[in-house]
Amino acid sequence: MTTYADYTTGEPVADTKAPAGPVAERWDTRRFEAKLVNPANRRGKTVIVVGTGLAGGSAGATLAEQGYHVVQFCYQDSPRRAHSIAAQGGINAAKNYRNDGDSVHRLFYDTVKGGDFRSRESNVHRLTQISVEIIDQCVAQGVPFAREYGGLLDTRSFGGVQVSRTFYARGQTGQQLLLGAYQALSRQVAAGNVEMHPRTEMLDLVVVDGRARGIVARDLITGRIDTYFADAVVLASGGYGNVFYLSTNAMNSNATAIWRAHRRGAYFANPCFTQIHPTCIPRTGDHQSKLTLMSESLRNDGRIWVPKAKGDDRPPNRIPEDERDYYLERIYPSFGNLVPRDIASRAAKNVCDEGRGVGPGGQGVYLDFADAVERMGREAVEAKYGNLFDMYQRITDEDPYRVPMRIYPAVHYTMGGLWVDYDLQTTVPGLFAIGEANFSDHGANRLGASALMQGLADGYFVLPATINDYLARNPLGDEVDDGHPEVQEVLAETEDRLNLLLSVDGDRTPDSFHRELGEVMWEFCGMARTDSGLRKALERIPQIREEFWRRIKVPGTGEEFNQSLEKANRIVDYLELAELMCLDALHRAESCGGHFREESQTPDGEAARKDDEFGYAAAWEFTGTGDAPTLHKEDLVFEYVHPTQRSYA
Amino acid sequence: MARTVWDSTVGKKTVMAVSGLVMLLYLVAHMIGNLKIFFGTEEFNHYAHWLRTVGEPFMHYEWTLWLIRVVLVVAVVAHAVSAYQLSRRDIRARPSKYVHKKRRASYATRTMRWGGVILGLFIVWHVLDLTTGTVHSGGFESGKPYQNVVDTFSTWYGNVIYLVAMLALGLHIRHGFWSAAQTLGAGSRTRDRALKTTANILALLLTIGFVAVPVGVMTGVVS
Amino acid sequence: MKLTLRVWRQQSADAEGAMSTYEVDGISQDMSFLEMLDTLNEELILKGEDPVAFDHDCREGICGACSLVINGDAHGPERTTTCQLHMRSFRDGDTIDIEPWRASAFPVVKDLVVDRSAFDRIIEAGGYITAPTGAAPEAHATPVPKPDADLAFEHAECIGCGACVAACPNGAAMLFTSAKVNHLNVLPQGAPERETRVLDMVGQMDAEGFGGCTLAGECATACPKGIPLVSITGMNKEWLRATRRAAKR
Repeated sequence: MTTYADYTTGEPVADTKAPAGPVAERWDTRRFEAKLVNPANRRGKTVIVVGTGLAGGSAGATLAEQGYHVVQFCYQDSPRRAHSIAAQGGINAAKNYRNDGDSVHRLFYDTVKGGDFRSRESNVHRLTQISVEIIDQCVAQGVPFAREYGGLLDTRSFGGVQVSRTFYARGQTGQQLLLGAYQALSRQVAAGNVEMHPRTEMLDLVVVDGRARGIVARDLITGRIDTYFADAVVLASGGYGNVFYLSTNAMNSNATAIWRAHRRGAYFANPCFTQIHPTCIPRTGDHQSKLTLMSESLRNDGRIWVPKAKGDDRPPNRIPEDERDYYLERIYPSFGNLVPRDIASRAAKNVCDEGRGVGPGGQGVYLDFADAVERMGREAVEAKYGNLFDMYQRITDEDPYRVPMRIYPAVHYTMGGLWVDYDLQTTVPGLFAIGEANFSDHGANRLGASALMQGLADGYFVLPATINDYLARNPLGDEVDDGHPEVQEVLAETEDRLNLLLSVDGDRTPDSFHRELGEVMWEFCGMARTDSGLRKALERIPQIREEFWRRIKVPGTGEEFNQSLEKANRIVDYLELAELMCLDALHRAESCGGHFREESQTPDGEAARKDDEFGYAAAWEFTGTGDAPTLHKEDLVFEYVHPTQRSYA
Repeated sequence: MARTVWDSTVGKKTVMAVSGLVMLLYLVAHMIGNLKIFFGTEEFNHYAHWLRTVGEPFMHYEWTLWLIRVVLVVAVVAHAVSAYQLSRRDIRARPSKYVHKKRRASYATRTMRWGGVILGLFIVWHVLDLTTGTVHSGGFESGKPYQNVVDTFSTWYGNVIYLVAMLALGLHIRHGFWSAAQTLGAGSRTRDRALKTTANILALLLTIGFVAVPVGVMTGVVS
Repeated sequence: MKLTLRVWRQQSADAEGAMSTYEVDGISQDMSFLEMLDTLNEELILKGEDPVAFDHDCREGICGACSLVINGDAHGPERTTTCQLHMRSFRDGDTIDIEPWRASAFPVVKDLVVDRSAFDRIIEAGGYITAPTGAAPEAHATPVPKPDADLAFEHAECIGCGACVAACPNGAAMLFTSAKVNHLNVLPQGAPERETRVLDMVGQMDAEGFGGCTLAGECATACPKGIPLVSITGMNKEWLRATRRAAKR
């Protein structure tokens, strides 16, 4: 019997949609070559969009504007609440309003390099080209970006780049962009072009004759399970960071839509690429339900340190200067506290592993503003970071003007996701994935302020152009309905799964399993991964899964509003996805971006990529629960940005 | 157009604000007129007579007065009907109360509804008492308002009714004036303080001005 | 900490509801209010009872999902969202009353969960700028004076939680509606639809069965994002302006 770790390697997978030719011209070429659907015929075509975040909201609105009939879903009570709303920092765009040498090509270069050479050049270039149009679009919608006194848009530099290209709306850029997309979507709902289903969660994908034809979804209020059919299905359901239990994701963000699509044939690419954000508020105890991010901008003026001695539990203000270790400044003298996210996160983990962490459980490091207050004055610090300091104080009850903040890394974003081609189509014809749900643009590490850019690029501009080609070239056969055997099978499977969850009547709550899985993932598939650790995790996860199906307790019935059932059903998918994440991390015996394998590091402890061996995207094919999946490699070719080892020392 | 205004909650509030301000203007004039009672019978009665002849010879005898009366009745009815309809709507919009009760808005805000009802009843009594004399306590004589006023405030209940109504009026104006300014879009962050102060001063002046008359009768200054 | 919770339990929209009493023990000061409820729910599940349903998602104070009236206050004693309220605001031995938003336009779905879709319909009525994708002019084509941009932002901060409606003695949605009207009407991009927007949104607000405004000011006091009461004044002004202009046409 083969174990899960004994995966097989199948045929390579390749993107066949990106045209050849100079990278800067590929998007124009593709748009020209893509077939169009006659405007008169669009009304008769239905597109399902799952999710209403930046990607889903913008896609739903735009497709409806083009004349398609859009049927859209979100689990929240309103499309306005999708988790894109929580993004703080900003959105990148190569506008070069500052005349500081920025350009589409520079943003392209920075993104490919920042992704540690594990993304597709064609996609990244298109993203950076479109970045410029996104700002125009959002301003026209009334997004209140920060402005200067002359009335023009303000920008700031973000995440260690040398140009000022990040547009922002105070610390609530995600909220403002999302509300822009939500309002555009609302206009289409009012016009009757979008049929909106809030509080409705996708539970499975309907594939008929090899093509995505609809979804199975549950009305979260009545518990009713229904099928919805369409000519194409778009997944914009976000990332899967909640596999870790504790993350900065919303409590109900989940992987069910993409995982069920994966089970129905969509390849899952680079699942181990997760981004761990260095500046989050540390957990306070076992009751912790989620983690809160503090904007990265704090590292511009705060100094990170821990005590030099292990187990030094004196209050920070009583630790003299010469007994403090400003470890980032020490190890990376030229970048200091501004090293990229993955490096800052790992360094924090290292000092905590040495027993020098601070705060409850020793899982934290200080981010000290004493010098900044002295240098700039309290008022200047307040003007710059006041709202963040307030948020910190509300959560921790500590005053960061007097006592150093405590921070610790937390899971924040997943670069991996469903494998898509240049058209954002998955390996299931008619199934598209956009935003964080796909794997395409960020490689092994995402730059700050690029998630919002990608979500909106996919939704406003890319998908609406490429989905036409599929709809025009592939006239569908018969109408499908519930009577179709393939539909009945999916429906029955979904109902059986929920019934089983309700009938086990064990002695453990859904959360207890989620927490247990999260601990395993954080320990073995978190900031630093090892062969032996990942093997341990691969042994442990099936055990948890087995125990889950034996001991889970879900109260109530399926025919009512039942939040425990929703949660338990999401955990079913986490328990499978977690396994694939660990396998992917195990097979990728190199370090790159957010994926750090301890076996693969330079003599001074930095991530060592192995381009010859792992210069590909790993697309996994599902073969059965607990069965070894099949790996399909997509070779990555770098014609414009040549791989170099990152160095920040 | 009129239909849109009347059907909308914001429109009805506008009707209330405008009618309220009309009544407020009238009250200021009314109060100033009342104070003439402190200058003796002759001046007060003469003023009352003038009210009937004002506008002559362009207007006929009492025309101006009737015109004012019509405007006032329209304002009172519009104000009361809007208030009634809005209140019913408000109660429907919040049918079940919180189990955990809490005192909330200021006293003036909370008393708008009942204060309004008190004022409405007061107006009826006031007209029957001193305009038509129907429920007057002494021998009502039209054309002798000085004596009529003294008679009214020589009874305990006349004083009680009047004092309670004038307190209600003060509170009503205090929130009502500021509120009307907001409804008509005249408020702003910089103007808020000035508006609140104006509302307080108006409320205080009108209350004191009106209350002065019964107090004058009670203390014997007016007799 | 040990606490007594009195929680509104209501099986479904049509069912009768009532307050039920629960004891929770071992509550840490550092817990958020929702983590305290998580603790209660874990215990209820293990006891085979129905856990308390409540809306929540981001738990960072920005999505606007959480919606509890705690001891008579929308979002509880601090000026923040329920998810950002921490147990250090309470004392050991306290009795805490937890109720849903109450307004006829926000019917209860279950326990503490209410249906706020009326807000979505108000936005659908006109809370947008018609700017189809691809039709946008260059972003710098229309400079926006910084004070206007800041004012728009201040109103755009509304998270649509509905605390304003919950706190209003009349169940009015004026603060929510005015926040969006002001956000869009103050910007040059919003000018072409300025009049229809305010008329349609106010019309929809009325049609949803929200109460009228008596300027009690409770909404602004409860608003976790600090949308000011003067926002309502601004909307009234826009509405009157739009009505006058509509009359002229």
